[in-house]
Amino acid sequence: MSWKKHRYDDIPGTYVFDGKTSHAAYALNKMLFSFNHQENREEFGRDPRAYAIKFGLSDMQKQALLNNDYLELIRLGANVYYLAKLTVPRGVSIQDAGAAFQGITTEEFKAKLASKGKGLIEKLEQQGGFWNG
Amino acid sequence: MARIVGGITTSHIPAIAMAMSNGLEKEPYWKRFFDGYEPVKAWLEKVDPDIAIVVYNDHGLNFFLDKIPTFAIGCANQYENADEGWGLQTLASFEGDAEFSWHLAESMINQDFDMTTCQEMLVDHGFIVPMALMWRHLPKWPVKGIPFAVNTVQHPLTSARRCLAAGRALRKAVESYPEDQKVVIFGTGGMSHQLQGERAGIINVDFDLQCMESIINNPEWLAGLSNTEIIEKAGTEGIEVIMWLVMRGALQEKVNVVHKHYHVPVSNTGAGVLVLENPD
Repeated sequence: MSWKKHRYDDIPGTYVFDGKTSHAAYALNKMLFSFNHQENREEFGRDPRAYAIKFGLSDMQKQALLNNDYLELIRLGANVYYLAKLTVPRGVSIQDAGAAFQGITTEEFKAKLASKGKGLIEKLEQQGGFWNG
Repeated sequence: MARIVGGITTSHIPAIAMAMSNGLEKEPYWKRFFDGYEPVKAWLEKVDPDIAIVVYNDHGLNFFLDKIPTFAIGCANQYENADEGWGLQTLASFEGDAEFSWHLAESMINQDFDMTTCQEMLVDHGFIVPMALMWRHLPKWPVKGIPFAVNTVQHPLTSARRCLAAGRALRKAVESYPEDQKVVIFGTGGMSHQLQGERAGIINVDFDLQCMESIINNPEWLAGLSNTEIIEKAGTEGIEVIMWLVMRGALQEKVNVVHKHYHVPVSNTGAGVLVLENPD
């Protein structure tokens, strides 16, 4: 059994969610998928460790989960859309998670995003044809 | 005969749903983004479509990773929205058109696009955010909705080129439907964004604008990029832009640009809006 290497494996700071990842983290993502239901979110909230054991998470996945270590969860194969089903109902937005991935504050993360809009109107005017109110 | 009146590109991110639920459209952060949809709404009111085919990806509501279809189409008379764990308001159900959907599926399959057919299908933010952006001001949805789901979540994904070809097949499918129906196609998702890993937060304005230009005038350019090239430039979740090519492929070779709008940042993304009209 061997997994094919992909060019996208070499993009820095990026964990492309493919068959290899999805296969290895099936139990983890199945647990995260269960959070579509309120009763499951509540059950998890009462005893996260027991809930993780019920879904058969590996020791490393369990540890990352209990430590709220979102980058490690991504490295261990959590799909980011599924991870949000864990974090968002617990008050951790996708931007809080983004900041955590980079080890910066959410405000710093948001400021980086806002900086992408600098000079936007001028750029659009140069290109022409864009609506601007 | 059914005919395609035009196509729209739009973001579908949950942050937009939150902003709409909380009435934040006029807040400084959101105003320019939402104002850019007023001409879209005006165009929709003018052309008054009967059916909207919404090309989107499911993010783990209807499909789990146990079964991921590459291309799937809803073939029911009704679609429900449901809790997807993101704290979004659940919206009213959407009327479908099973006969039309089954016709599309059969025609696509006869053209070698092996669609997965879904007689029960929950629609998530990828579908409901575009519908709400266009029509939340009305007491009920004024169109029937057809969910057209593309897997952009679990690789291997289909390619940009294949999405364009799927759109061309979709056009033939729609145009061979005997009933008079005005159809609009939504290509949703994107634009550049990456939600995960240390590279989270990338937005590539120049690439987004190139994609918009390509969608209007030269879809072959975007169709010629590999998924890895798109991920390098637009981020892992920016790959959603390939779904715009399904919409574009369903339109005529030359299109009229009714409206072009781009805003950044919208949450973690660049947001591009196009209204493209078939000339004939």
